[in-house]
Amino acid sequence: MTDKNVLAAYATRLGDNALIIGQRMIELVAAGPELEEELANANFALDYIGQARMFFSYAGECEGAGRSEDDFAFLRPEHEYQNLLLVEQPNGHFGDAIVRQVLFDSWYLALLEVLTRCSDEGISDIAARACKEVRYHLRHSSQWLVRLGDGTDESHARVQQSLNDLWKFTGEMFVPDDLDDEMRSAFNGPHLEVLETQWRADVAAIVAEATLDLPDDQWMASGGKQGRHTEHFGFLLAEMQIMQRTFPGATW
Amino acid sequence: MYTQGLDQSGRGDSAKSGGESKEQLDAFQARIDAEEKIEAKDWMPEAYRRTLIRQISQHAHSEIIGMQPEGNWLTRAPSLKRKAILLAKIQDEAGHGLYLYGAAETLGVSRDQMVADLLSGKAKYSSIFNYPTLTWADIGAIGWLVDGAAIMNQIPLCRCSYGPYSRAMIRVCKEESFHQRQGFEIMLTLCRGTEEQKAMAQDALNRFWWPSLMMFGPNDSASKHSAQSMAWKIKRFSNDELRQKFIDVTVPQADFLGLTIPDDKLRQNEETGHYEHSEIDWQEFFEVISGNGPCNKERMAKRRKAHDDGAWVREAARAHAAKKADASAAA
Amino acid sequence: MTKQEWPLYEVFIRSKSGLSHRHAGSVHAADDEMALNNARDTYTRRTEGVSIWVVRSDQIVASDPAESSAFFEPAEDKVYRHPTFYDIPDEVENL
Repeated sequence: MTDKNVLAAYATRLGDNALIIGQRMIELVAAGPELEEELANANFALDYIGQARMFFSYAGECEGAGRSEDDFAFLRPEHEYQNLLLVEQPNGHFGDAIVRQVLFDSWYLALLEVLTRCSDEGISDIAARACKEVRYHLRHSSQWLVRLGDGTDESHARVQQSLNDLWKFTGEMFVPDDLDDEMRSAFNGPHLEVLETQWRADVAAIVAEATLDLPDDQWMASGGKQGRHTEHFGFLLAEMQIMQRTFPGATW
Repeated sequence: MYTQGLDQSGRGDSAKSGGESKEQLDAFQARIDAEEKIEAKDWMPEAYRRTLIRQISQHAHSEIIGMQPEGNWLTRAPSLKRKAILLAKIQDEAGHGLYLYGAAETLGVSRDQMVADLLSGKAKYSSIFNYPTLTWADIGAIGWLVDGAAIMNQIPLCRCSYGPYSRAMIRVCKEESFHQRQGFEIMLTLCRGTEEQKAMAQDALNRFWWPSLMMFGPNDSASKHSAQSMAWKIKRFSNDELRQKFIDVTVPQADFLGLTIPDDKLRQNEETGHYEHSEIDWQEFFEVISGNGPCNKERMAKRRKAHDDGAWVREAARAHAAKKADASAAA
Repeated sequence: MTKQEWPLYEVFIRSKSGLSHRHAGSVHAADDEMALNNARDTYTRRTEGVSIWVVRSDQIVASDPAESSAFFEPAEDKVYRHPTFYDIPDEVENL
């Protein structure tokens, strides 16, 4: 791959993660546990969608084939999306969503921090903006994890179950593929194994404060980066893409 | 309007006095007439307090339920830009609900109580949110017509005699200024698009026109609480005045879009300059207000489910806060 | 466990450095941290602030409106506290 192609593919992958988690959070609108939490959820979803737009626009620029942010978001087949399986998982209850946020954001923040120092200015600029947003998201979701873990017997049991259920989607976050390697060698991108050490320490600290147990090492699901998704994903895309698919070429 | 239920339910309730003396009432009215703002802890007639609680909480409920019809299109928004704009707008509605509940709470009613009244069906919300959003154009129509109608009502509320309500409305109006514009822009884009898109826009106008006019509430002759609310400067214009104003500004906008208002009797009176229109189907209005609209049950079911699903979460947060408070007291 | 609602907090926002904090509204929250977060997510969506204070509403000590005449009117006749009370000839400068 040329350097520009590496950047285009990597930015698309970052955009996919942001878009898909944003789309999942949007499904939670008007279903929050308290009004104040509605505002928070919408703020975070807006941040992610904003990040997706920036990453996709930059991908289109690097690719140089005239694709817009919407072409990336709405007009690719399922196997071209390279988001983590974790972010496409259905929302479940509030505790499930909070655990998903904690696991994802603690990884995403560590990744973005490295990317702010990468040698491509386009990526590092977007990463710097996203970093500030995600740092706040993580503060919010980890505080919530502590409240739920420490709160009542019911909340403790529920959120421990969420953690156990979602743990198997964390493995692929740290398994580099060719694109990760190229990003690292050509642009000083993240070293995923190093990231894993930091992530484990960060998550262990939050989980301990929440009086929860880290799940045991176990079989890990993977396939997101290769475009092999879970069954839920096709439905998410069908819903998200319907307008662009039904009315090809229309302006909205 | 968002509080059109006031014109129907609990008739006579606000007319009950709280045993105030005539001197007190006169002194209060004198403050109102002098355009003084009434603040939370000031003396006020019981009926004034009750009217405000009902009006502000209905307004808040309308904002909260109003998130649903638009939220229905969030996951399917046709572009990322539209998705972000719609989400920001719906978030504003949650915020406005929150400001309004806060304003009502200053009158001594808890948010829990107001929410309970909504969930039990005792409290009303605007009839408009019981209509379905069937196409993307409905999102445009809601912004253009429903927010347009809401703004007509809300701008005078910025000068309402009750300080906390008036301040909340000032914030709401400031934030809402983009809502109607984004709706009109959606309609404009559709009308300049393909034939299919233009037909979608016309269909949305056909379905939302009459329900938008109903938002202003019954005709003045049938509106029970107007006179007292006007005297107290809670309300500054009558239902019919505001409705007429809305029609007069909206018809030329529809012309600009190249859309047809679904009323074959609509015509401009050359002498007055105002548009005259067919009679509103008040039967439909009363049905929707009393729970028989196309989506009343779905809206309430979704709100109840969110509330019920959140119960263990709210409780966990309280329990954690209590533990932390105990721990720091013991330290 | 009572199913009571979360306590109410009053929110004060400093819109920019150099200005004082101003009352913006209220939020419900289970604890102080949550109150700060909620205030941030509710009242600074349009970059309205650079600093937030939250305080539990039941912790505010307020004057009683019924006693406002005794509280505030005595200040009204102390006009000598205002600079315009003093008659200084125009030709005197820098005063």
